[in-house]
Amino acid sequence: MTTSAETHFIRSTFKEPIAPPMRTSGAIHWLRENLFSSPLNTILTLVILYFLYSIIPGIVDVLIIKAVWVAEDSKACVADVVGHPVGMCWGFVGAHWGYFVFGQYPEHLRWRPELFFALEGIGLAWLLIQRIPRKDLGMIYFFVVFPIVAFFLLSGSTTLGLEVVQTHYWGGFLVSIVIGTVGIVISVPLGIILALGRRSHMPVARSSSVVMIEFIRGVPLITVLFMANVMFPLFVPEGWRPDSLLRVLVGVALFFSAYMAETVRGGLQAIPRGQYEAAQALGLGYWQMMIKIILPQALKIVIPGIVNNFIGLLKDTTLVAIVNIFDFLKVIEASLNDPVWRTSGMPFAGYLFAAIVYFILCYGMARYSMSVERRLATDHRH
Amino acid sequence: MKKLIAAAIVAAASVGLATAASAGTLDNVKAKGQVVCGANPGTAGFGVPDQKGNWTGLDVDYCRAIAAAIFNDPTKVKFVPLSSKDRFTALASGEVDVLIRNSTWTMSRETTLGVIWAGINFYDGQGFMVNKKLNVKSAKELAGATICVQQGTTTELNLADFFRSNKLEYKVVTLGTSEEAVKAYDSGRCDAYTTDRSGLAADRLSMSKPDDHVILPEIISKEPLGPLVRQGDDQWLNLVKWVHFALLTAEEDGITSKNVDEKLKSDDPEIKRVLGTEGKFGESLGLSNAWVVQIVKGVGNYEEIFERNVGPNTPIQLTRASNALWSKGGLQYAPPIR
Repeated sequence: MTTSAETHFIRSTFKEPIAPPMRTSGAIHWLRENLFSSPLNTILTLVILYFLYSIIPGIVDVLIIKAVWVAEDSKACVADVVGHPVGMCWGFVGAHWGYFVFGQYPEHLRWRPELFFALEGIGLAWLLIQRIPRKDLGMIYFFVVFPIVAFFLLSGSTTLGLEVVQTHYWGGFLVSIVIGTVGIVISVPLGIILALGRRSHMPVARSSSVVMIEFIRGVPLITVLFMANVMFPLFVPEGWRPDSLLRVLVGVALFFSAYMAETVRGGLQAIPRGQYEAAQALGLGYWQMMIKIILPQALKIVIPGIVNNFIGLLKDTTLVAIVNIFDFLKVIEASLNDPVWRTSGMPFAGYLFAAIVYFILCYGMARYSMSVERRLATDHRH
Repeated sequence: MKKLIAAAIVAAASVGLATAASAGTLDNVKAKGQVVCGANPGTAGFGVPDQKGNWTGLDVDYCRAIAAAIFNDPTKVKFVPLSSKDRFTALASGEVDVLIRNSTWTMSRETTLGVIWAGINFYDGQGFMVNKKLNVKSAKELAGATICVQQGTTTELNLADFFRSNKLEYKVVTLGTSEEAVKAYDSGRCDAYTTDRSGLAADRLSMSKPDDHVILPEIISKEPLGPLVRQGDDQWLNLVKWVHFALLTAEEDGITSKNVDEKLKSDDPEIKRVLGTEGKFGESLGLSNAWVVQIVKGVGNYEEIFERNVGPNTPIQLTRASNALWSKGGLQYAPPIR
């Protein structure tokens, strides 16, 4: 037995790992694995590369190199006038920048919507960036303080010494963001309450939640908007009608609350019964159980669904153009009719600009939600 | 069916609300401190936001003229842009005080929708656009031509009527939307394109080479456009009507925004009555006697409004034609202020 100890060799340090073979790592490996793994894939890769090669220079040429960046009117963007071929007329966007962002909001008061954007940015960063502490204060800021401040900031108040700006002066990106923000700020809490109500054992809470959710989900958003802005004034006398933008905001918020409620309810249903029983066994009351045990798990599950609702909401803000609220897309469309700017190529520049802005916003939200999901993946995935 | 229901709702609402909403529109307007004006959501020359987002256009200036007459301040207007679907509902429900939005005056609208026109601020009508290369001077020379037109509109019917009554052969290319029709004409599929003249002027700008196209002088249909109000408030109807007549009268008497202060010193009894230095014509409308002075200082006379928004020096380049004063061979005629 003693001899065996002597014959044994015990390593005291780890051996240096050998670099993996060339074929399983590095750029060449990635190319082989992803682009040239089979004859068919090789052919497809080459075809796509040729396709990109043939269109990208043209796109870059039109969008950037030959584009007109500064223009006084449409003449600067007409090839016959400037004497050489022209690309995209970004000067149209540049000249209308203030109108596209703020609508007809009075120019000397535009610091107020600018401050609104900044405050909203702070709130979003606070809630969305992981490293910033005190999310509880952040929630209170974004869902309570910010909406109140934003209201007085944008609409003004004589008692606070801020000049009143009626909502028919609001427009453009400002209105899109206001509608999107109000939709999000109201639909999340209201949706959670409706979802809890629908799963409640109290008959009044349950039936009223069910009626509200099903009624609103039973009609398209356009109908809700049309009711709010065209039909509603027929039923109430003059002087009793809220502002038309307010009516639209209420309609949008209620509409998305119903969808949010169903999303959240899906999360609630996914929580095993044992979680409820364990919470009750610990002696927690209903609200403690919901806030401390159930909702944190349920909401985590439905993050993709909630973000999906947000993206849908942001895109659906363009529907308010139907009831003549001048949102971001509608101000661009209206400007295209301006005879000073009207040419055959102008609509393309305007609509492309709108597409780029909406894409950045929606794609940004989608990417963020993916990162949140990865971060919260502490879970029961098998 | 849908249209029937909509018409029924509008009619019911206008009857029900006529008393509540329209009694004393002028008092309401004065109390609110602004005229709420149903406006165009974007038609070149008639109602369109400029680079800064300010509304401009012929119809827009009419709203400003009403505000100037009441408040001596042409900016006291709230523009509510309305689509063609909901414009009459908005007027009937009292969402707007007056609708000035390229609306054609027709019998059925006035007899069933509870609205009434106050005048005609623009005589529009269907016309033709052709390429200059064709060297056509009149629509009657369009025998055998191929014509682009939007499908399912009265435009298409008017076109057929015109060619049949003139016993001319023609080929028609119908397209789904006006944009498609414009594109088809621009790409050379047709020799001519037809729609309302004011629309033709704006569509010309969308051509790849706008200067190659001309609008022919013929007008083959009647599209009288003008401001309209709810039925049942004659005081307000009178006010809108006489603001229109005041703009015409100012042009007729040569009163412009530049010379109005000089004209105030004039001894001409007609000008004295118009400008309120004699008589109490403004008061009888519920306004100040200097109402015409306020209008002209605020927006100018009809000629100035026309020239500024759709006239030959604007990109739209419309001539006065039927919209000239009666004394210059047009149709614009105002009863005397006396």
